[in-house]
Amino acid sequence: MTGARNKLRIGFIPLVDAATLVVAVDKGFARAEGLDVELVREVSWSNVRDKLNIGVFDAAHLLAPVAIASSLGLGHIKVPIVAPFNLAMNGNAITVSLPLYAQLRDVADGDLADPSSSAQALAEIVRLRGKSGAEPLTFGMTFPFSTHNYQLRYWMAAGGIDPDEDVRLVVLPPPYMMQSLSNGQVDGFCVGAPWNSLAVNASVGRILHFGVDIFAHAPEKLLALRESFAESDPSTVAALTRAHIKAANFVGQAANHEEVAAILARSDRVGVDAKVIQNTLDGRLRVALDGALREDPNYLLLGQSGAGRPDQLHAVWLYAQMLRWGQVRCAAGLEEAAKRTYRADLYDAAHGDGEHVRVSEPISAFAGPSFDDRDLARYLEAFSIGRKI
Amino acid sequence: MKIVIVDESPIRAAILEEGLRDAGFMTVERLSDMNNLLMRIQAIDPDVILIDLENPSRDTLEQMFQVSRAVRRPVAMFVDQSDAASIRASIDAGVSAYIVDGLKKERVKSILDLCVSRFNAFSRLQNELERAKTDLEDRKTLDRAKGVLMKSKGLTEDEAYRLMRGAAMRENKKIADIAHAILTAAELLK
Repeated sequence: MTGARNKLRIGFIPLVDAATLVVAVDKGFARAEGLDVELVREVSWSNVRDKLNIGVFDAAHLLAPVAIASSLGLGHIKVPIVAPFNLAMNGNAITVSLPLYAQLRDVADGDLADPSSSAQALAEIVRLRGKSGAEPLTFGMTFPFSTHNYQLRYWMAAGGIDPDEDVRLVVLPPPYMMQSLSNGQVDGFCVGAPWNSLAVNASVGRILHFGVDIFAHAPEKLLALRESFAESDPSTVAALTRAHIKAANFVGQAANHEEVAAILARSDRVGVDAKVIQNTLDGRLRVALDGALREDPNYLLLGQSGAGRPDQLHAVWLYAQMLRWGQVRCAAGLEEAAKRTYRADLYDAAHGDGEHVRVSEPISAFAGPSFDDRDLARYLEAFSIGRKI
Repeated sequence: MKIVIVDESPIRAAILEEGLRDAGFMTVERLSDMNNLLMRIQAIDPDVILIDLENPSRDTLEQMFQVSRAVRRPVAMFVDQSDAASIRASIDAGVSAYIVDGLKKERVKSILDLCVSRFNAFSRLQNELERAKTDLEDRKTLDRAKGVLMKSKGLTEDEAYRLMRGAAMRENKKIADIAHAILTAAELLK
């Protein structure tokens, strides 16, 4: 043994998109690779980030933008983070309170299922509230560096709302979202599964949009490690990545969803009803209490059929969202540092089957300019709301 | 120096507050209600904010500090990486600190060290309490199992105890586990 370790501690947040990691451990894929993994459930992204950075965790289920922020040293110490595996894409939804939904229906011109129409309707409500001197609308999301934040902002701005001036965006721990919606602290939120469904089932909210309505293929969660760990112990990282590739293939088969849901439902994992979890895995969600179902096979993508391979397009796109919303100022080397977080080479090394060049799926937003990773200045210039380079 | 403690455990917060006062930090406020956290922190305008790591509101706090124009922006202690050992110690103890810029490092370190020792003292206390509870329950189980044996086999209390102890030694189990097994069996055989 040359410094290779087989005991790992990995942190995660109780969300359905941790499925591949949880299955890799609980279903024995990690053990088959000679790894003894202890999964540690955490209560906040700040904890996951800090414990990963300082070495309490060897790896973590992490918001992709947090990994990049850590690599860039935004809002926190700079610890280069790398991802050998893309744990999840999409999976979020925007849920609004029943009163806000009723108002949106009243003022909407078009179909509320169309995010352009809903964003314009929301802008109209924001204007009316501004005129009457009412408090601004408040929306919850999970972390400043999160796709949820960027999804909400992108959607609102497309309707003409400046998310920093016209509404309030607040961070709420996902388990508090439902209560905050029912007691009126927030009027809506963007969060991952299973929290939207729980709000619908408790009849306090209605799912207005799936994340895929805003972006067809949005980066979401990574399997994140310290770069120093990846460098010092490549064989362990390869074993861990292989376990994830195998687990993702297992999770990706519809026939296994029931078993995966049962694993995730355990109280020390996600700890919610298995049926709700299975619906999420199937991409079949109840959007309203009256039972209206909506199905979308891309609702949540969990790294199967090659999607686990980190795609640097995601890194550049996330960096562009950070630029747009003023979380980072454009400077030399930052884009490269963001890209280095996404390590397809580690994935390929683990796969051991040559390079798996995969054509990037375009992120495809419902409105606005198409994303061009070679010209961020022009991309950002095309938005009327948000910072430019 | 004004210090705010955000902790959902009132006992631990009180222990920490007492320690801080003993060390000469007189302005210490405890917040346990997570509603209107920012408003209350604004009103207090602290130099140091201490938060327990089991608190899911930590993410909320962190965003508030990033966007708020109203509070002086506290930064996480991690921003200064100079003392990795004490940061590690605080994470292990389960507490995190946010500090307003410009505060002298030595002063912060003394607060942090105090937090760590008080948090650790609290978990020791909790463990002891937990153990005392288990001991008490074990003793009750033992007494009941003794009663079962005395009645069904006509033994004295001492003989019943020795019988269980012998079984525990033979099977390499705790005597409380043997007592549990006896009670379960007695229940089934009723």
